[in-house]
Amino acid sequence: MNVSPSDSDAGGGGLSLRQQQVVWAWAFLAVPILFYGLIRFYPTAEAFYLSTTNWNLLSKPAFVGLANFERLWDDPVFWKVFRNTVLYLAIGTPVSLLLSFTIAYHLDRVRFMHGFIRALYFLPFLTTAAAMAWVWRWFYQPVPIGLFNDMLVGLGLAQQPFLRSTTQALPSVLAPAIWAGLGFQVVIFLAGLRAIPMTYYEAARIDGVGNLTILRRITLPLLKPTLVFLVVFSSIGFLRIFDQVYNMTSGDPGGPLNATKPLVLMIYQTAFSSFQMGYAAAQTVVLFVVLLAVSLLQLRLLRDR
Amino acid sequence: MRVFRWMLVGLLLSFGAITGARAQTVEIEYWQYVFEARIKAMDELIKRFQAANPTIKVKHTTFPYADYQTKIAAAMPAGQGPDVVQLFYGWLDNFVGAKFIQPLPQDAFPPAMIEKEFYGIVTAMKRNGEYYGLPTAVRSLGLFYNKNLFKEAGLDPANPPKTLDQFLDAAKKTTKRDATGNMLSEGVTLDFPGQDYHWWREVLLRQMGGAPYSADNRKVTYDSEAGVKALNFYADLQRVAKVGQVGFMDEGQAAFRAGRAAMTIDGTFRLGSFGGIKTFEWGVTELPASADGTRSNFASYWVNAITTKPTGAKLDAAKKFLVYLTSAEAMQVWLDTVGELPARRAVAETQQNLSHPIYAPFLKALAYSQATVFVDESAQRQVSLDMINRVLIQNQDAKAALAEAAKSEQAILDRFYKK
Repeated sequence: MNVSPSDSDAGGGGLSLRQQQVVWAWAFLAVPILFYGLIRFYPTAEAFYLSTTNWNLLSKPAFVGLANFERLWDDPVFWKVFRNTVLYLAIGTPVSLLLSFTIAYHLDRVRFMHGFIRALYFLPFLTTAAAMAWVWRWFYQPVPIGLFNDMLVGLGLAQQPFLRSTTQALPSVLAPAIWAGLGFQVVIFLAGLRAIPMTYYEAARIDGVGNLTILRRITLPLLKPTLVFLVVFSSIGFLRIFDQVYNMTSGDPGGPLNATKPLVLMIYQTAFSSFQMGYAAAQTVVLFVVLLAVSLLQLRLLRDR
Repeated sequence: MRVFRWMLVGLLLSFGAITGARAQTVEIEYWQYVFEARIKAMDELIKRFQAANPTIKVKHTTFPYADYQTKIAAAMPAGQGPDVVQLFYGWLDNFVGAKFIQPLPQDAFPPAMIEKEFYGIVTAMKRNGEYYGLPTAVRSLGLFYNKNLFKEAGLDPANPPKTLDQFLDAAKKTTKRDATGNMLSEGVTLDFPGQDYHWWREVLLRQMGGAPYSADNRKVTYDSEAGVKALNFYADLQRVAKVGQVGFMDEGQAAFRAGRAAMTIDGTFRLGSFGGIKTFEWGVTELPASADGTRSNFASYWVNAITTKPTGAKLDAAKKFLVYLTSAEAMQVWLDTVGELPARRAVAETQQNLSHPIYAPFLKALAYSQATVFVDESAQRQVSLDMINRVLIQNQDAKAALAEAAKSEQAILDRFYKK
């Protein structure tokens, strides 16, 4: 027999069971909603509002319409920085995923000291980005203190400027960023690989299918959810790159002639060195739109095919 | 019983006296950023000030440098924040514009007295005939040199370079390279993000007959013949004479500390750090003069100002405290504790200080120093860095580099003064 909700409201203070459930659900949801509303959504909305003002932290914000966005459009530094940000994404994401998949794919087959090797790959991920960036900064120095240049000179080759170059600086900053994120991606890939049922592989082997075909037809398609997650996750990471750049080029933040400056660093400098909060908020809005567009695009491309 | 009654009266009277005194005690708040020696010096000054003024209590609050301006900006509109505040001289216009600080009361700080007794660089604190802040201490630049490397190169460590020619000659003699030409030890550090950009703008440029800005500071004027000469002189240290290399040992001060640079240009604020050098002997001298004897220097300072918050008794207390902070006694404490130079001529130029081997060159420089008026220090600095990078990395011609820099910096000035 089925008790209808309205029959059970004897002790419910006039509320049906269903209504009580709804009230309880909202009571529990209220905490995260309040938290997100106050800590996340309200400041986000505020940033949109600030992007239309000329607030300089000390003055009262005055409405200036789209002037900040016009200034951004005409600012050559913004386009340089925008290009850098796209480069971080376009180089960083594929290279790091290719590397981490290759490592995970082979590590998956290694039984000898598997856990130890995995831990070694994961270790850089645990290191503070700032500390790591400074160590790499010293690696890139000219002789006599730079590791890479010492090696080059030892081999009889010419020194390279690395961070002091307008062309080499961006890849030089990207390398430790990729290296640091590798361990995390390897571990996620390993989990994804382990989740693929062995029976598929056994069936394929019995049918006499080669390794490459197994990889293309079984492993990669079944790894898609993992791949989608990592592509979106690492893309957001590279679009928001900051620590490495800031610490590796702290004397001239963003490298010589803004060679390595990402959007986030430009926002930081505009807001907290120049105190042009309105202009910085406009840059933040642009970053938000870019992040949103890239994430949505990736989700669509990778999911619906 | 009578005794008891009198005791009671006595008790009540003394209680009344205590609460009366307490009611008259005024508490004012002082803010500065976190720097160990500065905090120590200020604690000592507050202790002495409170001993002399028992009715005033000063609360000392500090914040990390990176948050300092943000904290002030957040606190002041909320009616919180300091009564007396320390700020970098370059922030003055923003603070005045936001109505955070008020002009110094003229009875305690007559402009004529300030101009007579303080170094000329403090006039950067004057707006419409009124002073908004006064420093306790000022900083200037000097040429630090490694005596051991001078001796090795056959130079007299007691006779450091006095002119730009001697400076270049000493740099050439002390530069060391390996067989393939890789730098091992610099003649002079080249570190534009360090102090070199001040050296170029306020010293070299003026020595070549130019000026960085117009008299009212609203127009960039370094895009000139003198600008080209000054920029080429600097760039040629790396391009032609090859006595230094940008980025060598990461930073100029690191190269000097490691004993891998014979000379470096740096400020009084570096004295504490260089004081810890054990591996070699160093000396410091005035920045080299040009061939015709022209000298210049860059001075900067932090000022103390009264905010718009205190009124009545608090304003009086704040005034008294600021008078003490800019007194001869406070300046001596600051020099002894922090190593920064007194802002009053009479305190700075004592016989003892002028014969001091380390303080003397910095003190002499104060007589001919310039304090650049910045509207956005970090953005203006970035313009200079980009300029030297275009010359040294992209081989841009000095004239074109200056024109581009002047245009960018003028845009920053225009945006600021338009408001």
